[in-house]
Amino acid sequence: MALSLRAVRRKIRTVKNIQKITSAMKMVAAARLRRVQERVTAGKPYALKMKQLVEEVGPFTVGIDHPLLTPRPGRKNPCVVVISGDKGLCGSFNNNIIRKAQTFIDELGGTSVQLITIGKKGTLYFRKRGYNVLQSFSQIGVNSPFSEVQTIADAMTGMYTSGKADEVHVAYTEFITTMRQRPHVGKFLPIEPPGQTAKVEASSAGRPAADKEYIFEPAAAELLKALLPKFVRNQVYKFLLESMASEQGARMTAMSNATDSAGDVISDLTTAANKARQATITKELLEVVNGAEALAAQG
Amino acid sequence: MADASFHIEVVTPERLIYSGQAVSVTAPGRLGYFGILAHHLPLVAELGLGELTIRQADGQLARMALLGGFFEVSGNNAIVLADGGELAPEIDLNRAKVAADRARKALEDLDDPNVDRELMRAALTRAETRLKVAHHAGR
Repeated sequence: MALSLRAVRRKIRTVKNIQKITSAMKMVAAARLRRVQERVTAGKPYALKMKQLVEEVGPFTVGIDHPLLTPRPGRKNPCVVVISGDKGLCGSFNNNIIRKAQTFIDELGGTSVQLITIGKKGTLYFRKRGYNVLQSFSQIGVNSPFSEVQTIADAMTGMYTSGKADEVHVAYTEFITTMRQRPHVGKFLPIEPPGQTAKVEASSAGRPAADKEYIFEPAAAELLKALLPKFVRNQVYKFLLESMASEQGARMTAMSNATDSAGDVISDLTTAANKARQATITKELLEVVNGAEALAAQG
Repeated sequence: MADASFHIEVVTPERLIYSGQAVSVTAPGRLGYFGILAHHLPLVAELGLGELTIRQADGQLARMALLGGFFEVSGNNAIVLADGGELAPEIDLNRAKVAADRARKALEDLDDPNVDRELMRAALTRAETRLKVAHHAGR
């Protein structure tokens, strides 16, 4: 018998309390996940139309140079934006994205790479290891208004347009299902607008390949200038929402597993407690029987 | 009659504000207000800050405050991609009034170097647009 009966009972109580907390966290994560998904759905018409609009206007702007579209070949002064979470207890969510981002950053040049970190976990990790964290944001939650996204997006485009960075990459976590999320690193600026491929075909044909003749007000080039920053903002919004959904999904799964394991531990401990109780009873019984037999032998 | 109407949607990054059949729409173009009727030629226009008015198929007017964006018409469908906006009944009058007063007060002090005048002027026009739209809607 490893533990006394009282010790085992105390342990059961502790594990039960932990289980209550993990199952509450799971429910909170589920509610937050639903909230993020609602926002994704609510924002979908805008995102879709924005993409279409860039595709429609793009072919009419052959040859215009916009700072966000022009690549700067040769010069390599990259900036990486890492989107992680503020809190732990969400399985390997933060670890995965940080590890993926770090590998990428180290390939680009390690501590000389300029970083923008979103989320406390990533900020702390890269700060502590001496990386060049220029700006960091935290407390971006499921209820943050779009204006906060704007601030972040503007910081990212600012890096590029001011010439501090010649490329901006983003590391975020793609949301696949509640159970599955995939860390992803990709180039963000200069942007290749969705209309770009169509543009190449159109210019070789000599005329924009559009079956509809649009009236542009103001001219297409100027429209695109106004469109692009908004397109960028919407992309950033998408990255943030996906990361948030992934974090909540990962937390939900992790807490669900924790609740299940707590259940297993409780049933193991209950068995141990029952065995300990039974052992004491058997011992006491043996003593009584032995005593009675000893008395009978004397008499 | 149904022939003279078209479908219009107003969306922001965060939500769908309005969707319905319209007879005519007046929109705050960046270069000035313009009107759209059914069967308009395909159009893409940039919008400024201002009031969007939709005459619905039932003859009622729907008004909203828009904070800039884009307007697209194609195939008898209109879509407004707004940076932000509210329908007239949704406008928070008190908040708009407070914002307008605060901006006005900040702009009055010509010497204060801490005031970002650009920002304050923008805040003032935003608040005034909201108040104007609410006023037009009879609130």
